[in-house]
Amino acid sequence: MSARSPRVVVVGASLSGLRFAEALAAESDPGSILVLGEEPHVPYNRPPLSKGALTKPPSPDAVALPRRSVVDGAGWRLGEPVVAADLAQRQLRLRDGDVVSFDVLVAATGVRPRRLPLPGPAGGRFVLRTVADAAALHPELRPGARVVVVGAGFLGCEVAATAVKLGCRVDVVAIDEEPMFRPFGAEVGAAIRRRHEVRGVRFHLGRGVAAFHGMDRVRGVSLDDGTELDADVVIEAVGSLPNTEWLAGNGLDLSDGVLTDACFRAGFSAPVYAVGDVARFPNPFFDEVPRRIEHWNLAIDTGRAAARSVLAELRGAQATVEQQIVPYFWSDQYELKIQAYGAPGLGTRTELLEGALDDRCAVGYYAGRRLVGVALLGLPRAAMTYRGRIVESAAADGWAVTPAGGTR
Amino acid sequence: MRIDVNRDLCADHGQCVLAAAEVFRWAADGTLEFEATPSEDVRDGVELAIDSCPVQAIRVVA
Repeated sequence: MSARSPRVVVVGASLSGLRFAEALAAESDPGSILVLGEEPHVPYNRPPLSKGALTKPPSPDAVALPRRSVVDGAGWRLGEPVVAADLAQRQLRLRDGDVVSFDVLVAATGVRPRRLPLPGPAGGRFVLRTVADAAALHPELRPGARVVVVGAGFLGCEVAATAVKLGCRVDVVAIDEEPMFRPFGAEVGAAIRRRHEVRGVRFHLGRGVAAFHGMDRVRGVSLDDGTELDADVVIEAVGSLPNTEWLAGNGLDLSDGVLTDACFRAGFSAPVYAVGDVARFPNPFFDEVPRRIEHWNLAIDTGRAAARSVLAELRGAQATVEQQIVPYFWSDQYELKIQAYGAPGLGTRTELLEGALDDRCAVGYYAGRRLVGVALLGLPRAAMTYRGRIVESAAADGWAVTPAGGTR
Repeated sequence: MRIDVNRDLCADHGQCVLAAAEVFRWAADGTLEFEATPSEDVRDGVELAIDSCPVQAIRVVA
């Protein structure tokens, strides 16, 4: 009987799934890896879909991610979602009824947009997650179109800026008190709001949508304070839901994504891992609290780290946290580059570290004495320095830190 | 190996400097400098830099 390599099946042909597969393939038999994707496309890059790629007809080719040749030897099956998993039998069922067996399973199924639970016309209402979503939205963003963006997080703010760039008239409705409030708080949020307001964006903050009006297509939006907004296009950017339904019934904690340990392993029996937006994991750089983090670079960080864990498990070794993740994330709105290191949302106190809020600036977020995050508006070349201060502060606070990317 | 950075795409995210400081660095004037022909020893770091670049500005050309 010949030994065969354990079969590692990655569900999700996403950025994170790709980076996991590449890291694993580099150290094992690529032929033992199978990547299953719901969309018919090879892994592609989502950040441009709310920015530059939305200003011209979006196509999968234009946003395809570069792939390392090492994963050419892996199996790829695209356009066929997994509908159920049986971890005890170590089998997956695909939509077309096929059954796929695995030895190690990696969940990289990401998230989907949350929709507002409101009746009304379906026409004219959009979400933005996939290249198909972007392709549907792009032709609607015509000069003069009245666009109502619901939600003022990263996606809402970016798509508002892009719609302005395309000549649309833009209203933003959000329940938060300022745009990007949850990652950055009120002061930085207000500074970002003012960037939008000088370009004509009207904000309706602390407000929710009460109703959509129109027959076949949305023509207007009522807010919960009675405000009526005309609308040709509504973009719902009100957060996301992790794609975990296919894993239900297996005893995993799927209460907000797939709960994993710090090595990205979920559950105790079958070897199941989760990476990227769908994973809820503790980051020992901060604390023991598992969180789901939807940052582009985290998809890479978690994919690579999970590959190290899987390689350890396949060798019969104990996976360990070799490197802690110092999160990095960014947003582009108009000419403004917003960047952040760490977890500003964990801070309870802010301090202006450099510049002025309505100009270029760096804002520090502190939890006690520890600098847990820095937000930068228009200061890209200072970002590295502030990352270093976050790492130094963690060390000064008594954390033994070995962050990925070093302590520079 | 020979690498190239597309300066039109580069948006100063600096992830390459974190990934491979022996190849990519900020010059004193704030511009990105890089070693165009790094040795094979640093291939892992260069590949991480390529992966981590949010705008896919870096590529191996030979």
